Amino acid sequence: MRLERREHRPLVLVVLSPILAVVAALAIAGMLIAAAGAPVLEAYGRILTGAFGTRLAATETLTRATPLMLTGLAAAIAFRARLWNIGAEGQFYLGAIMVAALGSSALSGLPGPILIPFLFAAGAIAGMALMLVPLWLRLRFSVDEVVTSLLLNFVAVLFVSMMIDGPLKDPLAFGWPQSMPVADHALLPKLVERSRLHIGLVVAIVAALLVYLLQARTVFGLQSRAAGLNPEGAVFAGVPLGRTLVKVACLSGGLAGLAGAIEVMGVKSYVTTDLSPGYGYAGIIVAMLANLNPLGVIAAALFTATMFVGADGMSRAMGIPTYIADVTVALSLLTMLVAIFFTQYRIRR
Amino acid sequence: MSAFLDIIASAGLWAAVLRIATPLIFGTLGALLSERSGVLNLGIEGIMTFGAMIGWLAVFNGADLWTGMLVAALSGALFGLVHAAMTVSLGLSQHVTGLGITLFASSLSYYIFRLAVPLASTPPTVTPFQPISVPGLSDLPFIGPALFTQTLPTYLSIVIALLLAYIVYRTPLGLALRMSGENPHAAEAQGVDPIRIRYGAIMAGSALMAMGGAFLTLSAFNSFFPTMVQGRGWICIALVVFASWRPGRALFGALLFAFFDAFQLRLQTVLGNVPYQMFLMMPYILSIAALAVMARRARVPQALMQPYRRGER
Repeated sequence: MRLERREHRPLVLVVLSPILAVVAALAIAGMLIAAAGAPVLEAYGRILTGAFGTRLAATETLTRATPLMLTGLAAAIAFRARLWNIGAEGQFYLGAIMVAALGSSALSGLPGPILIPFLFAAGAIAGMALMLVPLWLRLRFSVDEVVTSLLLNFVAVLFVSMMIDGPLKDPLAFGWPQSMPVADHALLPKLVERSRLHIGLVVAIVAALLVYLLQARTVFGLQSRAAGLNPEGAVFAGVPLGRTLVKVACLSGGLAGLAGAIEVMGVKSYVTTDLSPGYGYAGIIVAMLANLNPLGVIAAALFTATMFVGADGMSRAMGIPTYIADVTVALSLLTMLVAIFFTQYRIRR
Repeated sequence: MSAFLDIIASAGLWAAVLRIATPLIFGTLGALLSERSGVLNLGIEGIMTFGAMIGWLAVFNGADLWTGMLVAALSGALFGLVHAAMTVSLGLSQHVTGLGITLFASSLSYYIFRLAVPLASTPPTVTPFQPISVPGLSDLPFIGPALFTQTLPTYLSIVIALLLAYIVYRTPLGLALRMSGENPHAAEAQGVDPIRIRYGAIMAGSALMAMGGAFLTLSAFNSFFPTMVQGRGWICIALVVFASWRPGRALFGALLFAFFDAFQLRLQTVLGNVPYQMFLMMPYILSIAALAVMARRARVPQALMQPYRRGER
């Protein structure tokens, strides 16, 4: 038995692969649910109703999907150029704390229509700045950016913890370490009344479309894909590799920073060190499930948010730990990798 | 200044250095073994978490401490098998597979832990490994309490480091390991099966990583809680580069790193007005600095991260 590269990738397989991957992940996670002594199908049924059963649940799922789309895009665009940005979690927090700092400062005297885009940009720039550190280390010292961007996550969260325990601490929070809230007119308008769903969702979807167009239709998009497919070949063909990677890093870090900014302005209004339940890391899964396609990121983020929100309700009703959502989503990353492989290879006797 | 000297002159600091270094020694050696065969294993953070959880759970359910370590090692080898199947047999991206294993192994740890141990205000504990005083040596002034009153897994980690150095440089198996990591095609031509070597190295390495995790719950602390590994796995990956992929230097690097960590912990009490987060950042910043200094100088295994498929170039 051996593996043989396929001459061409059948479209059916390419379309089916994420679905098969998710089904396989759900099947394996189902064994874990069964091991806990709960009926598997009922558990999955409750996850679905927990995520979409009511109007409120559906808005909650979309609210959760918003930061996942942005961190998913951050990972997708970087991985496409084979820039391993694993630091979206830290970039998310830095974007968030930047918004909390500026949105509660004297600058918040600006009128809303100016202030909101300004804070978006500020959050994005904070994320960008953090991502440029591992890129600089790679270009200057040939350090693998995986480990450095990962390690910076811990530094960034500790920095945020220091800020909300120090200069940015809210004196009205009864001693809890949380930042001062951003001004009311810096909060994002709601999409649906009496829910937490805000226009950040629209921003995320527009971002996905823009990234798609950027990758498919511009010179920069071509260069960034070439940098990922074959760096030596790209340089030979005249692609400015360093400059392309700087742009990719800025875009990737910026999207993760924007995710943090939007989460503060759309949902929480202030920053704590549990603002993100691992949105940065989940973004990697979202990107892989989408096969690094920016439009696929929208669907993958919805799936991931469904699992997370749905598992909350299912857990309360059936006594299965909510961690089952994290397990399923992580499993689907692994099964997706295998599924992608079999769109490229076949088994021959 | 004298405060600094007081810290360095205390036997407690040096005892803490060895204690802090132990999980790093296990993890770094595990990562090194895997990378020497040509495969990066970023599953380390999750494998350490799982080892910490399952080792503790075994002991909590009545197993003795060494059985707990063994259970952890076996679980690590199993995750290693998954990593090997995906990166060696299928040749998938080692970066993404490893991260996937980390996310999977850590969330599975929390899931199993939460199922087995209901939520309680104070986490349940086990009786951990007790320090063993080496007869004779532990009575030496200063050096005795500093170096010879550790728990058995700490001594074991140092023995494994020396053993690994011997195997890598002085045995046919070590030669086969290095060939697989430098040039698997040449290894194949010499009758070495790089695929089997890589499977073995990844699984053995993952077992070591999981033992490093189990040390946390069975010796350093006595309970398990989520996120307790705290990036130690990633620090180990950095330490492998710092050690230039050499076992002896990995031991030295882990000890040096632990020294800085133990030192900053004690410095916190002296410099009370500096925010504690600044101190907690130091290990991560130090690792990044070590990478920047060493990355160009280190001798990377030439076939690291290159999948090997028979008959394919």
